[in-house]
Amino acid sequence: MLSILIWLPAAAALVGALIPARRAAGLLALGGALGSFGITIGLIAGYSGHSTRLTHVTNVVWIRSLGIHYALGLDGLNLFLVAMTTFSFALAIAAANRRDWDRSRVFFLLFAIAESAVLGTFLAQDLALFVAFFDLMLIPFYLLLGVWGGPNRVAATLKLVIYTFVGSLLMLAGAIALAILTSEHTGHPVSFALSTLAASPLHKGTQEWIFLLFAAAFLVKMPAFPLHGWMPDAYREMPVEVLAVFSGVLSKVGAYGFLRIVLPIMPAASVHFQTLILLISLASVLYGSAMAFTQTNARLIAGYSSVAQLGFITLGIFAFADQGAQGAVLQMVNHGLVVAPLFLIIGLLAARAGGSDDIRDMGGIAMRAPVLATCFLIVTFATLAMPGSGNFVGEFLILFGLFKTKMVFSVIAFAGVVMASVYALRVFIRAMHNRAGPRVDSREMSFRDGLVLVPFLAAIGLFALYPQLQLGRSQKSVTSSISRVVALTHPTGNLFADEPDLGQ
Amino acid sequence: MILALIHPHGPHINWAALSPLEALIGGSVIVLLAGLLRPRLIREQVVPALTLVSLGATVGLTIWQWHAHVAAISGALAIDDLSLVLTLLFATAGIAATLLSWRALAPRVSAHGDFFALMLGSIAGMFVLVSAQNIITLFIGLELLSIPLYVLCATEMHRAASLESGLKYLIIGSVGSATVVYGLALIYGATGATDFSAIAASISHGHSSDTLLLTGIALVVVGLCFKASIAPFHQWTPDVYEGAPTPVTAFMAVATKAAAFGVLLRVLDVMLITERSNWKPALAVLATITILVGNVGALGQASLKRMLAYSSVAQAGYILAGVTVATALGARATLLYLVVYLLMNVAAFAVIISRERSTPYGDDIDAVAGLGSENPLLAWPLTIAMLALAGIPATAGFIGKFFLIDALVRGSYTWLAIVIVVGSMISLAYYLRVIAAVWMRPAPGPSVAAAAGMPVIAGGSPEADALGAPQIELTVLAVVFAAATLFFGIVPQPLFDLVQHSANTLGGAL
Repeated sequence: MLSILIWLPAAAALVGALIPARRAAGLLALGGALGSFGITIGLIAGYSGHSTRLTHVTNVVWIRSLGIHYALGLDGLNLFLVAMTTFSFALAIAAANRRDWDRSRVFFLLFAIAESAVLGTFLAQDLALFVAFFDLMLIPFYLLLGVWGGPNRVAATLKLVIYTFVGSLLMLAGAIALAILTSEHTGHPVSFALSTLAASPLHKGTQEWIFLLFAAAFLVKMPAFPLHGWMPDAYREMPVEVLAVFSGVLSKVGAYGFLRIVLPIMPAASVHFQTLILLISLASVLYGSAMAFTQTNARLIAGYSSVAQLGFITLGIFAFADQGAQGAVLQMVNHGLVVAPLFLIIGLLAARAGGSDDIRDMGGIAMRAPVLATCFLIVTFATLAMPGSGNFVGEFLILFGLFKTKMVFSVIAFAGVVMASVYALRVFIRAMHNRAGPRVDSREMSFRDGLVLVPFLAAIGLFALYPQLQLGRSQKSVTSSISRVVALTHPTGNLFADEPDLGQ
Repeated sequence: MILALIHPHGPHINWAALSPLEALIGGSVIVLLAGLLRPRLIREQVVPALTLVSLGATVGLTIWQWHAHVAAISGALAIDDLSLVLTLLFATAGIAATLLSWRALAPRVSAHGDFFALMLGSIAGMFVLVSAQNIITLFIGLELLSIPLYVLCATEMHRAASLESGLKYLIIGSVGSATVVYGLALIYGATGATDFSAIAASISHGHSSDTLLLTGIALVVVGLCFKASIAPFHQWTPDVYEGAPTPVTAFMAVATKAAAFGVLLRVLDVMLITERSNWKPALAVLATITILVGNVGALGQASLKRMLAYSSVAQAGYILAGVTVATALGARATLLYLVVYLLMNVAAFAVIISRERSTPYGDDIDAVAGLGSENPLLAWPLTIAMLALAGIPATAGFIGKFFLIDALVRGSYTWLAIVIVVGSMISLAYYLRVIAAVWMRPAPGPSVAAAAGMPVIAGGSPEADALGAPQIELTVLAVVFAAATLFFGIVPQPLFDLVQHSANTLGGAL
């Protein structure tokens, strides 16, 4: 079942790539993506969240000689991330169908392979498989950016690939070391299965250097300050449809990796480096917000706001409190649902501002395009975590969890919330109101644009009104994922152990 | 049989076990003779076809002998899994090289019969080399392998670069051979034995820190490092690779390298296994230098052949790391990487040769610019080959590197695994440059020289104006090997099964 979910998009697009008809490639890719989304709807409906056990487990030997299994599984931790992935990809591919692409068959094939790779990363329950999918993810995006990107795309691809691949290779080395050292430790044959690795944690010193290798890969992918050097160029040059999923979905893989792999398998190291990661996250929140506030390129504003949001998510994860991790998982999904339409809207705005992404060239677009303005406003409110939006719930939980364990960080992070409203509203006002830019030619969005955007808004609305849909299903899994680090921090080791613990 | 009758007291010879060698040598003679016939059809079509038949027979006989474990000719040669896997690899490389040179310039100017006969002779030398069980056979194999290659490099006789390449390879190769033979002599002097196992036994009986022996080992290793282009003995590689006819370069890159590592495994893991505490650290250092030098050297290259030459140096470093750990796992990882290396390099070279013949840019990176929109059937194989060389998942290159790192970590050489990882990071920059050229650059406009049918200018390929016919065999070769690279990246178990028993006959301590 999960294999079908993963490979359906790629298979459909491959068929599309082999059919000579011009439109077939895009439509088949869309069909495959929608099919996967349909499957995830079924999975959500069938998932109760009553236990932490993996469901729909696939486990076959992949490479016997290396002890690598093709193991997939679904639980509350990845269920909604998978749903968000299939949802965003389906809509982004739909949006991409609106344009004529040079060599469109290759374009949609790569797009669909990207979806398969991301889904595989979320569902993998074998560390080697996770690493393989994690690396594989990069290639289609590399080509999508490099072939169909903006004018400076080649330089952008180089930065993107070098940053992320260096991280991936470090993680590869870490993964192999982890599996082999664990097998030497336990005397069992080498296994990369996450559950096996988690069952017998390594010596603390060993955990620590392996932790750093994994953290490097995940923090680059997010990206987190100061490892975000590839981000501005890549965001500026990537086609918006690709960027929507890149920013919406891929950045979550890093955060997910912490929850799925790092915290359960390397609990001692996670506790050891908690303060470091919290500092990096806090820096990301502040730096991202400040940069979003000063940039004029709309894509970069959204990009830096993502840096800040991912900082929040990491804060939630490394708060080592149930609410924080809950909020982080919720926020991963929410942020994906918000940032993807944001980029699509930026694409529409740029089309109305003479092709410029600069908010100084925009302005006054709302006058002729009230529906587009309304959509944008909803997305903006969700971005700044307006009370009533799903993001508010997420950020609230994160800060609440963090407050319980690391109060100082929580207080500073509140500044990020305030700054978010400033930069988000600033983009909206500059783009939609104010005086019209010199080349602005505003028009209402088309019905087909609406077909893409409205589902996103509906999803945002759904999670705003009913976050329990996700929280109820993910709670147990998330709690179990952080249970080891919580167990390690609570008796001793907490920096604020002598202060009153508000959560108890 | 005849030989046995003439020398009634000679050693018993197991003809069946030696059958791959017989097919190669017999094929070589037949091809040479057929090449003397006058008709063009025979020279240009039948001779390569006969070469293919001979190589096909070698493959068939190798598979027939599969899992044999025979000491042939009084123990001078060992036909075991290691030599059979490698023979399969050489024969495959030979088939690929034959197809690559089917319509190339080199066999035409140097007579088809000679060209293909030399290639078969070289493969026979490789077989002897990797099966050798004593130092005399080893040296015979080494020379039988090398001498045809010196000639092959120089087969484009009118082109100075080709002659230079041949001469350079001859000089450097001779120095390498001389070093090996001197080292072997010293080892014989120290141990009084020529047989690998006898030498190993002698060493373990208390000669292990003999200066004579250590000097001998150092010389042998250095000499073989010349053949395997291990830094700092790699300097000939870029020049020879660039100058040699490209099909010959492809053949050297895959087959010669595999032979060199095959014999390194025999020498180090059988003959000198009891001495491993002395050579392991040295080899680890060599591997590190090779990985760094190769990867850094490849960065600035505009010529694809030079780039692949440096890349082959870097890859040699990865493979040497597998030899360094001196475990059965390391030996298997080495072999597996050699197989993977064959797949991805043949795909890359097939595309490069095809572009050499159809564009005026020779092997410059311009030759593949815009290939993505012009000819996807060549663009995809090249892309896959580059991704595989860089070690991206879903390609066999990833599996190869994964296995190597696995073997290194288990052999307590984690730091060397990190070096491989660092090397792979550097290598991305130049492999991706090729992919970027294929997909992200427009094709350069038709050059004046090509449009006017002018003589080839400097840097251009002499083959460009000579041939315009569609090169189906090149496309097929590229697609097949790229598909295999992908297939074994996704279903790697057959590769593991292939090399599973190959380490069984290595040193007893493994």
